[in-house]
Amino acid sequence: MSYFLDRLTFFQRVEGEFSDGHGVTTGDTRRWEDAYRHRWQHDKVVRSTHGVNCTGSCSWKIYVKNGLVTWETQQTDYPRTRPDLPNHEPRGCARGASYSWYIYSANRLKYPMIRGALLRMWRQARQKHQDPVEAWASIVEDRELAKHYKSRRGLGGLVRSTWDEVNELIAAANIHTVRKYGPDRVIGFSPIPAMSMVSYAAGSRYLSLIGGVCMSFYDWYCDLPPSSPQTWGEQTDVPESADWYNSGFIMMWGSNVPQTRTPDAHFMTEVRYKGTKIVTVTPDYSEASKFGDIWLNPRQGTDSALAMALGHVILKEFHVDRPSAYFTEYVRKYTDMPMLVRLDATEKGYQAGRFLRASDFDKALGQDNNPEWKTVAYDENSDSVVVPNGSVGFRWGEDGRWNLEEKEAGGKEIKLRLSLLDKRDEVALVGFPYFGGKEHELGRFTPNPQDEVIYRKVPVRKVKLAGGEEALVASVFDLITAHYGVDRGLDCDNTPKSYDDNKPYTPAWQEQITGVKRDRVIAVAREFADNADKTQGKSMVILGAGLNHWYHMDMNYRGIINMLVFCGCVGQSGGGWAHYVGQEKLRPQTGWQPLAFALDWARPPRHMNSTSFFYAHTDQWRYEKLHMADMLSPLANPEDFKGSSIDFNVRAERMGWLPSAPQLAANPLQVARDAAAAGKDVKDYVVEQLAGGELTMACEDPDNPVNFPRNLFIWRSNLLGSSGKGHEYFLKHLLGTNHGVQGKDLGEEGAEKPMEVVWRDEVTDGKLDLLVTLDFRMSTTCLYSDIVLPTATWYEKNDLNTSDMHPFIHPLSEAVNPCWESRSDWDIYKGLAKRFSELAEPHLGKETDVVTVPILHDTPAEIAQPFDVQEWRKGECKPVPGKTMPNIVAVERDYPNVYARFTALGPLMEKAGNGGKGISWNTEHEVKVLGDLNGRHSQEGANKGLAKIETAIDAAEVILSLAPETNGEVAVKAWAALSKQTGRDHTHLALSKEEEKIRFRDLVAQPRKIISSPTWSGLESEHVSYNAGYTNVHELIPWRTLSGRQQLYQDHAWMRAFGEGFTSYKPPVNMRTTQEILGVRSNGNDEIVLNWITPHQKWGIHSTYSENLLMLTLSRGGPCVWISEVDAKKAGIVDNDWIECFNSNGALVARAVVSQRVNEGMVMMYHAQEKLVNTPGSEISGERGGIHNSVTRAVLKPTHMIGGYAQLSYGFNYYGTVGANRDEFVVVRKMSRVDWLEGDDESIYQAEEQA
Amino acid sequence: MTYINELLFGVFPYIAGAVFLFGSLVRYDKSQYTWRTGSSQMLSNDRKFIIGNNLFHIGIIALFFGHLFGLLTPTAVYTSLGMSTATKQLVAIVAGGIFGLICLVGIAILAYRRTTDPRVRRTGSRMDMFILYLLFAQLLTGLLTIPVSTGHMDGEVMLQITAWAQSLVTFRPDAASHILDIHWIYKTHMFLGMVMFLIFPFTRLVHIWSVPYSYIGRAYQIVRKRPVV
Repeated sequence: MSYFLDRLTFFQRVEGEFSDGHGVTTGDTRRWEDAYRHRWQHDKVVRSTHGVNCTGSCSWKIYVKNGLVTWETQQTDYPRTRPDLPNHEPRGCARGASYSWYIYSANRLKYPMIRGALLRMWRQARQKHQDPVEAWASIVEDRELAKHYKSRRGLGGLVRSTWDEVNELIAAANIHTVRKYGPDRVIGFSPIPAMSMVSYAAGSRYLSLIGGVCMSFYDWYCDLPPSSPQTWGEQTDVPESADWYNSGFIMMWGSNVPQTRTPDAHFMTEVRYKGTKIVTVTPDYSEASKFGDIWLNPRQGTDSALAMALGHVILKEFHVDRPSAYFTEYVRKYTDMPMLVRLDATEKGYQAGRFLRASDFDKALGQDNNPEWKTVAYDENSDSVVVPNGSVGFRWGEDGRWNLEEKEAGGKEIKLRLSLLDKRDEVALVGFPYFGGKEHELGRFTPNPQDEVIYRKVPVRKVKLAGGEEALVASVFDLITAHYGVDRGLDCDNTPKSYDDNKPYTPAWQEQITGVKRDRVIAVAREFADNADKTQGKSMVILGAGLNHWYHMDMNYRGIINMLVFCGCVGQSGGGWAHYVGQEKLRPQTGWQPLAFALDWARPPRHMNSTSFFYAHTDQWRYEKLHMADMLSPLANPEDFKGSSIDFNVRAERMGWLPSAPQLAANPLQVARDAAAAGKDVKDYVVEQLAGGELTMACEDPDNPVNFPRNLFIWRSNLLGSSGKGHEYFLKHLLGTNHGVQGKDLGEEGAEKPMEVVWRDEVTDGKLDLLVTLDFRMSTTCLYSDIVLPTATWYEKNDLNTSDMHPFIHPLSEAVNPCWESRSDWDIYKGLAKRFSELAEPHLGKETDVVTVPILHDTPAEIAQPFDVQEWRKGECKPVPGKTMPNIVAVERDYPNVYARFTALGPLMEKAGNGGKGISWNTEHEVKVLGDLNGRHSQEGANKGLAKIETAIDAAEVILSLAPETNGEVAVKAWAALSKQTGRDHTHLALSKEEEKIRFRDLVAQPRKIISSPTWSGLESEHVSYNAGYTNVHELIPWRTLSGRQQLYQDHAWMRAFGEGFTSYKPPVNMRTTQEILGVRSNGNDEIVLNWITPHQKWGIHSTYSENLLMLTLSRGGPCVWISEVDAKKAGIVDNDWIECFNSNGALVARAVVSQRVNEGMVMMYHAQEKLVNTPGSEISGERGGIHNSVTRAVLKPTHMIGGYAQLSYGFNYYGTVGANRDEFVVVRKMSRVDWLEGDDESIYQAEEQA
Repeated sequence: MTYINELLFGVFPYIAGAVFLFGSLVRYDKSQYTWRTGSSQMLSNDRKFIIGNNLFHIGIIALFFGHLFGLLTPTAVYTSLGMSTATKQLVAIVAGGIFGLICLVGIAILAYRRTTDPRVRRTGSRMDMFILYLLFAQLLTGLLTIPVSTGHMDGEVMLQITAWAQSLVTFRPDAASHILDIHWIYKTHMFLGMVMFLIFPFTRLVHIWSVPYSYIGRAYQIVRKRPVV
C-alpha cells in the first residue's frame, strides 16, 4: 500500500527462516518489480525488418507502446525446415536490436532541410521570378551565385524548410536540367534494392519516367565478383546459409562469418557437430579463425597463389594421377574443359588463342544459325569434331537445342573428349604468362621470380579449317593442366616433378609468396577433394570481401572457383561457391523491374555503372597513376593496348560495351528535335552524326560543363560517408567544397595524359548543381547535401526485403507513423512527381528522348563481335547500333503526366509482357488481377482505367503479382518460356505451386518461402536447400556463357592480352600514392607505410550505422584503426593514441587499436566509420577527420569493360568495372596535435552555455 | 522584532519540520526511483574527490550527532554526570571547530570539483548546486559562531539555545522567547539549519534516511514472498 508503512512492520517482517537462519522470507512488497513489467509491456507487436545491406534479412518483432517504438526482438515464427535441418531462427543480431535507438535519437531527421545559403538565394529569386524554373535558372546559371552555395557544402548551415518549398525547388531544378542539358543529367544513386525494394523503386520510377539515370551499386561497392559472370554468366548466385548444413567440408576464405553473417553463422557451427571440417583462410586472427579446424593465414593479397597451389594438388591427384570418376564426368558435362582452343603462333611461340567455333570449319559444320558463337569439341565415339548443344549460339535465333544434353547439334549422342593426350597429333610448347615475379613498389608481397613466360608441353591435334587452313588445337583440359604445372608424362622441363619444386604452381612455389607451409596446403587440398569425391560435390567455399576487394579479385575468385569446378561441387547441394558480399538477391526481381524502371510506360530505362561514372565525374582519372602497360601479358603486343584506364573505358563505351551517363555530348531532347527537323529517323541521324564527328559522346569530354551530371538524388545510401571511393575527389570535383586531396593531377605533374578524353587544364569543381539526399538520420552524405529529406525509418514504412542467405521474403511494415514530418520514400517521390508535373509546362511537354543502350547480357545482342575487337571510331568497322556501338532508341516522355504515370501501372505490361534473363512471358492476367486488387483510376487523364499504384502497399502488390517467385502462375509461365529455349520441360518445378499467390499481408502474417523460378539457378523445394547452379546441373539448363558451360577459359582478345585467359597469381598492384608524401610533412613522429584494409565492422549495423550510441559505447566511441604490435612499436604508437593515416588521396584520423590480431605490414579500419562523432581535424588536410575512403581511389580494370561477348556483356549491377580499393597503402603516424577545430573541451562547453 | 523572532523561530521550525517529515514520506512513497544520493562518483573519481568526499562526510556526521547531543540533552543529564555548562560549551567549541574545519576542507574540495569538472557540472541539477552552497553557508556561519562564543565562555547563550530547541521538540509555545536577544550569527545559523530541513525532501539529502544500518544484523539471504493474489 505504502512503501513507508510497509517498512513499519518491523516485528512481523520475518515470516520464516531457512538454511539455519542464514536466509529469511519476508512479506515485503514486490511492487518494485512492476517497474520492470511495465518496461516490457506494450500495446502491439508489428513485424518488420532492417533495410540494411547485411544480407541478414531477419524478421523482427517491433514493440509499440503509447504510439512509440520501444524495442525490438527476434521473430521466431519462420516456416519450419525439413527434418534433420536446423531451423533458421532466431535470426537477428545484437546490432540489429539496437536499431530502434535511431528513431527518437538526436540524429533523427525530422524536417526537410536545406542549406541556408541556398535557401536565401532561392527565396530572393522566387520574388523576382514568378516561375520557379526560371528562379532556379537564375541561380545556377550565375557562376558566382552557384559557387557561393556549392562551396558551403559540408560546412553546416542546414536549416528547416517545408515540404512545399523543397519539392518546388527540386522539381524546378530537375525541369531546368532536363530542358537545358538533358534528362540524362539527372542522376539517382540508390543501392541494394533487395533491402527495401519499394523504396528503391520509388526513386528509380520517378527518374525513369523523366529519363534520368539510375546508378548501379554492386559493382561500385566491389561486392560484385566479376569472376561469376565470367565463369557462369550469372551476376552472383549462391547457396542459402542453410545449405552449409549439407556440406561435408567448408572453407571460410576471407569471410568473417560469425562477425558479418551473424544470423547465419549457426548453420556453420551446427554442421561441425555432424563432423564437417572447417578450414579458415584469413591473414588476421579474425573471429572466424577460431572456428577453423585448420587456420591458413596467407599474407594479405596473396590468396590466389594459395588457390593455385590447392588447384595444382587437386588436378594432379584427382584428375591426372588417379582420376576420380565423378570429377571426370562432371567436368566433361558441365565445363568448357573438353572445348577446343586454337593455338596462335606468335613471336614468342605458341599461346592459347580463342575457342574454335563451328564457323571455322568448312560449311560451318552444318550450322547456319550463329556458327561464330558455337564452340566445338572432339567426340570420343566418332573421334571427330562436333558442335555440342548449349553454347550461346544455340540460345538465340533457334529453339530447343540450348541445353546440356550430351548431344551434338544434329541430335546424335556424343561423349566429349576431355584430353587429347592419347589421341594427340603432336606436342606443342605453349607459353603461359607468369606474373608472380613482379616486384612491388614498396618491396612488399614477396615475389617468386620465374620466367615471364612459362613454356609447357601440351598435347595438340591438327585440324583442317575452312579454306584449307590447318590449325593446332588443344582442349581446355590439357591447357589448364599444363598451366597449373601438372606433369602429364610429356617430359616437360618447366613442369614441376614434385610438390617441393619451386615452379608454378606447386605448394612449394606458393610457400614463398603466401607464407603458408606446403604440407598444410597439400593436406587441405586432398581433404577438400577427397570429401567432394566421396560425397559427389559436398565441399564448399564461403568467401567474401576479404578477397574480392583486391584489384586482381578475379584471380583470387577464379582460383577458388576452379577448385570447386575441378571437384564437381558447383550445383550440388552442400557444395559450391558461397560468395556473400552485399544483399544482391532481389528475389522477385522480374516483378520489381517494371515498377522500378517504369517499364510499364517506356523502355529502355537509363542505367549506368557507377564505378566508371564516379571515376570520370569525380575526376579521379586526372590523378591516375596505375599504368595499364604494367598489367599486360608479356605475350601481348603493348602497341595494341595503349592508354590509361579512362581510355579503355571510353573505348568500351563507344563500342557499346559499357553504358554511358550522361550519354551524348548534347541534350538528347534537342538531338531528337534536330533529327525531326532534318526529316530523319532518330537512330540513323545519331549514327550519322556520331560517325561524322558532329556529335560526340559525353564520355570523351567529362570536364565539359555540357557533360556534367547536374542533379543527384541519393537515397537509402551513404555515398559520401561509406561507399564513395576517392572521397576527397568527390568533395573537390563533384561537390566543389573543402577537400583533402594531396596529390597533383597529371597536368600539374607533366605526366602523360589520356588519349581518348579531352584534357582541360582548368580545374572543374562543383559539377553538381543540386544534391538531394533522403535519409532518416543525419549521415555524412546529408551533411554535404543541398537538401535533406527526412524519410520514414524501417519501422515506419511498408516495403519488401529479401536476401541470398535464406529463401524467405519479408515485409517492412509501418509499426508507427513516420515521426515528425518524415515521409516514406514512396510518398516523397510521389510528392515530387506531382510537383514536377505541375511545373513542367510550358518548359516541357511530350518530348522524344534519345537513349543509348549498351549491348546487354541475356539479350540477342550479346553476341556482337565474335572474334577480334573492332572500333568504328578508328574506322576498323562500320558503326552499327547494338552491334559495334550502343543501340540508339527513341523514347517518348510525357513530362506533364509524370505523376499520372507514377501512380498507375502503364499499358506496356499488357502489350509487351514481362521477363528477364533472356526469356519473356505474357502478363495480361496479372495486370487484370492488379486492377481488381488495387482498383483502377477512374478520372479522365493519362492513366484512366489503369491499375492504381498509389501507396507503398499497392507498389508491393505489383511486385508480388508480377514476379514468378511470389506468383505461382507466373512461375509456371516463366518455366514454360525457358522450356521452349532448352527443349526440355521444366514446368514440373513450379506446377505444384501454380495456385500459390503471395500478397503483402501474407508476408506481414509470416515470412514466406519463395517459389522456384528460372530467374535463379537454385530450387526451393521440399528436397533441397537453395544452391546455385543446381538447375544447370540437374535440369541441364546451360550456363549463360559462350560455351554454355562453366567457363574456366576466357578467350576474349582483351582477356588474353591482360593474361587472364586462365587464372593465375597476380600480386597487388602499384598504387603509387605514398612515396610523394612520405616524410615530406613531418610532425616529428615516426612514419610507417602500411597496407590499407577496410573490412566490415563489428560495432555498427553492417556497413553504415556506427554512430549509434549503443554501438559507440561498445567500441571506442569514435573512429579507430587496428594496427599490429610490431608496426605500432616501430612507429612509437601505443593503444588508444590518436593517429593519422594519409597518402596522396587524402587523410584521416582515428585512435589506434594495437592488437595481436593484425599482421605486420597492414592496418585495418572498419568500413564506414563516419566523421560524425568524436573526430578531430587532420594535421595533413586541415579538414575534419576524413573517412576510410579518404585515402582510397577507384581503379578500373580493362577486362571488366569487355562487352558484347556472351557472358562478358554488360548488365546493370551484373558486369562492368568494379571499385577495388584494397591494394592501397597509407602512411601512418602518431598525431602530435589533436585539434577539434572548435576549441578545447572547456571552450566548447562555454560556447554551448552561452548559446 | 518580537513578531519576526516568533515567526522565524517559533512557527517556521514547525513548518520546516512538517515539510521535512511529510515531504520525505510522500517522496519515499511516490517516487522511489528518485530516492538516491545522486552520486557523481562514476563520472569522476580521482584522488581529490575521494579525499574531499571522506573529509566532508566524516565532518558532517560528527557535526550532526554533536548538534543532536548538544541541543537536545537536558541540562540535568550532563550536570548530573559532572559536566558543567562551561565545560560542555568548551567541548562543543573544540569538537565543533575541529570537525567543522574537516568538513569545510571537504566541502571546499567538493564545491571546486562540482563547479569545474565539466562532466559533473553538466550532470548535476540546480538543486544540487543550491544544497551545496547552503551547506557551505551553514558550515561557515557555524564556524563563525565560535569567535562570538569565546566572548562568553560561561555557556549561558548555549543554555538559551538548548532551551529553545528543547521547547520546540516538546511543543511549548514560548520557544522563540528563549533566544530573543542572542547574537545574529547564531540566529542566522539556526535559520539556515531550518531551511535545510525545509528543502530536505526535495534534495539528494534524502539518502540520509536510508543509512543501511540494517546490514549490520540482517540474514545473508532475504526472500520476499510472492504476494497472494
